[in-house]
Amino acid sequence: MQQSVSLGREDILNSADQTQRIVIQRQEAAAEPEFAKTVGEITSRDPRMSMRDVDVFYGDKQAIHHVSLDIGSNEVIAMIGPSGCGKSTFLRCLNRMNDTIENCRVTGSIKLDDQDVYEKHRDVVSLRARVGMVFQKPNPFPKSIYDNVAYGPRIHGLAANKAELDEIVTTSLEKAGLWDEVKDRLDSPGTGLSGGQQQRLCIARTIAVSPEVILMDEPCSALDPIATAKIEELIDELRQNYTIVIVTHSMQQAARVSQRTAYFHLGYLVEVGKTSRIFTNPRHKLTEDYITGRFG
Amino acid sequence: MAKLSLGEHTSQQFEQELEDIRNKVLTMGGMVEQQVADGLKALIESDGALGQTVATSDYKVNQLEVEIDEACTQIIALRQPAASDLRIIMAMIKTITDLERIGDEAEKLGNFSVELASVDRAPGYFTKLKHLGEQVRESLRGCLDALARQDTEQAMRVAMSDQLVNTEFEALMRQLITFMMEDPRSIKRVLQVMWCARALERIGDHTKNVCEYIIFMVKGKDIRHISLNEVEQVISSS
Repeated sequence: MQQSVSLGREDILNSADQTQRIVIQRQEAAAEPEFAKTVGEITSRDPRMSMRDVDVFYGDKQAIHHVSLDIGSNEVIAMIGPSGCGKSTFLRCLNRMNDTIENCRVTGSIKLDDQDVYEKHRDVVSLRARVGMVFQKPNPFPKSIYDNVAYGPRIHGLAANKAELDEIVTTSLEKAGLWDEVKDRLDSPGTGLSGGQQQRLCIARTIAVSPEVILMDEPCSALDPIATAKIEELIDELRQNYTIVIVTHSMQQAARVSQRTAYFHLGYLVEVGKTSRIFTNPRHKLTEDYITGRFG
Repeated sequence: MAKLSLGEHTSQQFEQELEDIRNKVLTMGGMVEQQVADGLKALIESDGALGQTVATSDYKVNQLEVEIDEACTQIIALRQPAASDLRIIMAMIKTITDLERIGDEAEKLGNFSVELASVDRAPGYFTKLKHLGEQVRESLRGCLDALARQDTEQAMRVAMSDQLVNTEFEALMRQLITFMMEDPRSIKRVLQVMWCARALERIGDHTKNVCEYIIFMVKGKDIRHISLNEVEQVISSS
């Protein structure tokens, strides 16, 4: 009798625990903001990368909230949103650049051609060759122009001999629209080029290892309008062979270079859709407010 | 009622510029509405002097059109508007063209009223014309109201009512043809009445266009050149 009473008490405690858990879960669900559900078409007909329910935490702080998005082959997708909205964090998940940040934790699924990017034994170096990155500030190596481009192919063993390496360097510089400007001074230091040229050198360095996807984190924010126009023109040409994800603070740039636009707000993907639609008739009020300059 | 319920721009100046354009377009609408009313009155009441005033006051509307056009061009060049702002600018640029044309038609009414005031009036010519005119005025008023309040439902109602104006116009045409057949000497006068009716019918068409721009501005949906059924689908889909 005594035993059954004590069991009953445990039952009650358990069920109280459960109730509490449910209450907490409900509270969490209720705490989801109105914009938690993405508006627009997250899927792509021919996805190159596919993300589902991606959450990113820096320590206890959640920076990205269950973002799901496909990135189609040969498309340029622009990520826009106010500072701190998580667009760069999300971009950096795509080639595991966040691995270098100690307390950063990524959950959910990120796939490149149906392979899990976050698989335990994934070779991150080869992943980053497939998913290249161009940063905000041009960051050429303190080496010659030639060596800057040849660096990747060398460490990945992409060229069997000097002739092949030369070929890769030439093609990459040509594709990056820099060849004519540097062909006579391949031995001079990359850091001696102008800002716009340095950025194109970084793009050449990225495409030298034949990536599938190129991530660009505000690639033009340190450049003048002419250099910016050249990079934008280049992005459009590169689209023939690569998939490009670009984070930009310039809405005009997003409108000019991308086919799809994704709008992030406070770590949520609020809206995604064709750029032409997002910039003429966005569905979500937050997107509308942001692109028409009604924020803040 | 669907409205563009948006907050204010971070840039107060941009907010002000847009507001100025909206106000100017509404002022232009008011002027055109008055022109049509006066033109019609001059016609019905054989008031040649009023007709003359209508005919000569069209330049004010034209001036305003140029002013608004320039302001819109400035905004596009300097502010690069997007989404609802862009739609407002596009809708305003198109609206003022139609308003200006309505002004031109009202000017025609003024001119005809001067001519018709100097000849004998046969009874019956103007009864139906007056009716048509009132219908057109009603549509124009409703349309400008819808523009001021960004009321797509009303814009839709007015756009649909253009069919009534057209029916009325056709009935008037038939009547005027009978007059001409009965008494060939009246042909000259009847033709003038016909031109007036034609001007009113055109005003109805321009009014309908403005209603379509209102729907585009508020909802981002283009309902031009599609069937009524499709229009209803488009409107209800958002």
